[in-house]
Amino acid sequence: MIKQLHFYGGIHPVEDKVAQSVPIVEPPILGTYIVPLQQHIGAPAKAVVAKGDQVKRGQLLGEAQGFVSAPVHAPTSGVIREVTTCLGPSGAQVPALLLASDGEDAPAEPMPAIDWRQASPGDLRQRISAAGIVGKGGAAFPTVVKLSPPPNKKIDTLILNGVECEPCLTADHRLMLERAADIVTGAQITAHILGAKTILLGIENNKPDAIEVMRQAAADSGIKVCSLRVRYPQGAEKQLIYAVTGRKVPSGGLPADIGCLVQNVGTAAAIADAVCLGKPLYERVTTVTGTPLVSPGNWRFRVGTTYAEAIKLAGGVKEDPIKIISGGPMMGMAVYSLDIPVIKSTSGILLLSQDELTQFDVRPCIRCGRCNDSCPMAMMPGILSVQIENQRYELAEKWHVMDCIECGCCAYTCPASRPLVQHMRRAKAEVQAARRAAKAKAEK
Amino acid sequence: MITVILLTVTGLVSGLAIGIVVKFFGTTPNPLEEKLLELVPGANCGGCGFAGCEGYAKAMADGSAKPGACPLMNDAVVQEICALLGVESEARAPVVAVVCCSGDDDHAQRMAFYNGVNDCQNAMLVAGGGKGCVYGCLGLGSCARACPYGAIEIRPNHIAVVHPELCVGCGKCVLACPRRLIKLTPKSAPVHVFCSSPEKGALKRKFCSAACIGCRKCVKEAGENQVSMNDSLAVINYDNPPDAGVAAACPTGALRTTAIMESTRG
Repeated sequence: MIKQLHFYGGIHPVEDKVAQSVPIVEPPILGTYIVPLQQHIGAPAKAVVAKGDQVKRGQLLGEAQGFVSAPVHAPTSGVIREVTTCLGPSGAQVPALLLASDGEDAPAEPMPAIDWRQASPGDLRQRISAAGIVGKGGAAFPTVVKLSPPPNKKIDTLILNGVECEPCLTADHRLMLERAADIVTGAQITAHILGAKTILLGIENNKPDAIEVMRQAAADSGIKVCSLRVRYPQGAEKQLIYAVTGRKVPSGGLPADIGCLVQNVGTAAAIADAVCLGKPLYERVTTVTGTPLVSPGNWRFRVGTTYAEAIKLAGGVKEDPIKIISGGPMMGMAVYSLDIPVIKSTSGILLLSQDELTQFDVRPCIRCGRCNDSCPMAMMPGILSVQIENQRYELAEKWHVMDCIECGCCAYTCPASRPLVQHMRRAKAEVQAARRAAKAKAEK
Repeated sequence: MITVILLTVTGLVSGLAIGIVVKFFGTTPNPLEEKLLELVPGANCGGCGFAGCEGYAKAMADGSAKPGACPLMNDAVVQEICALLGVESEARAPVVAVVCCSGDDDHAQRMAFYNGVNDCQNAMLVAGGGKGCVYGCLGLGSCARACPYGAIEIRPNHIAVVHPELCVGCGKCVLACPRRLIKLTPKSAPVHVFCSSPEKGALKRKFCSAACIGCRKCVKEAGENQVSMNDSLAVINYDNPPDAGVAAACPTGALRTTAIMESTRG
């Protein structure tokens, strides 16, 4: 029997991937797009266009400010109607541009294609930076920062993340089926930049078709496709590294410390587009799903498409959704407005109906220990949460609360319905604030 | 029987040991510090900025703290301490905390139903708490729990209200509020602006019917240099506060007296 690759802990929630057999659809050009200037972690982009400017598809709208930042490009051609702010998926107001499309979708002059086999890593990094590519797995970390590890840290293994362990979401699955060749090219470019010798692609074995397609596409490229046992949160960076290589990221460290780099398959495809076609990142595949929807599916949305439009494209609703989540059910954020735009990191829009939603009554911890068994970071969420409730944040820091990846396994298994993840987030925020204060004091 | 004898002997020996240690190695406490310790209130609220009343007494004894820093002491006690320390007493203006928001559930709109940890700081981590106005009181009671005097009440319609007669002005709630809504104001000031949103009036109106909409009526009604406008938010000059009558000019009720606030408690 072949040993199945997996990691410690985790859970197996209902998969509910109803949209996995629905091919990616190209939506029609909409009337208006709300393009946030912050679609990534880091400093927001600075607008380089003004109200009334005519723009073309792929034209630069906002330039990166600082190292950890990313530029933003126009999703279609049209007129900038307003420089304003909009509600982002995190619930905060972010600077944004209101783009009224002219319906022509005229492309701007694309950046020249690069023959990546001949190009230097520096040129390729510059292109990836200019194309505004960010991690498409969810955190939206600027890819170029990830691809520029400090010189003393040598990356030998590139790991592609095609796990998509989050229930309901199918965007990466469809992308692997439909754009396998581009993902392979993107991975090869990334490995070329880093000088990585090994490329591994992790896919859970509930997607046998994707494993098959990727194996064929990767036949002569040196990419090894790893089939993984289905387990949430396998798609988390540290868990995936352990599953496919057996290496452990040290507490508080980065994958670069153990010579690994993890990249989402969507990011790889975007890199291939940027380098081989000169196309900046202004669209992404997003799953729109949930029982209230008439036709759940996967769409290649331009950034700036509002959730309201996305739901309309999915045939509208047959019953009133009671909760709308940006992302998947485990790690997604509930949103309270449909005027939120799809951004580079929106992997899914999930609608829940009344009978799918439970309002929890929080009860005291019964010390059953299920959270300890399910925590993929081998923490003790239950006992930690009690300390956090009593505001003992220093103790929580000592007990490695900063290692929490907020996957939600503990809260999922908790029979007392304790909001464990929220407690962890609170402690992480407090510890970070304390660290910042200590740093500011030290600098003084 | 053996147990009883053994325990008795152990007790006697230990007691003797403690006695000897205290007699020969004990430190004589500073008599000034001892007297001060009797005079400080003993509430350990931290309003003076020291670690409890003992810390404050020590600091006063070695001259690093002034007698007037404790918000809880009345003037007679301060005088007594000043006499002990041989310093001049300074004039003190008692302060009281005010929650600068009127956005209870009857006036302010909620955008989302929040079901999570019952704490304002925690709610702030989830899309800012789901209240329409991102500056308003979340009403989950972080300030009330921080108050050592039980002076803050969370009303059933989810807003924090300070009871001025219980508040001593220690300022613990000021730090506890994640939205920085609580201000320490002179106890003598009769009216306050119960709104903290710097947004434009029309936008505030969208989410809250009791917000300061920046109509400037209070500025015209009040005397010169008593109320000013900071964009769309009235600001009271607490060095020269307007009298209670100016509250009648406010069309939304954002500018009101603490007395009216008390009467709405129901």
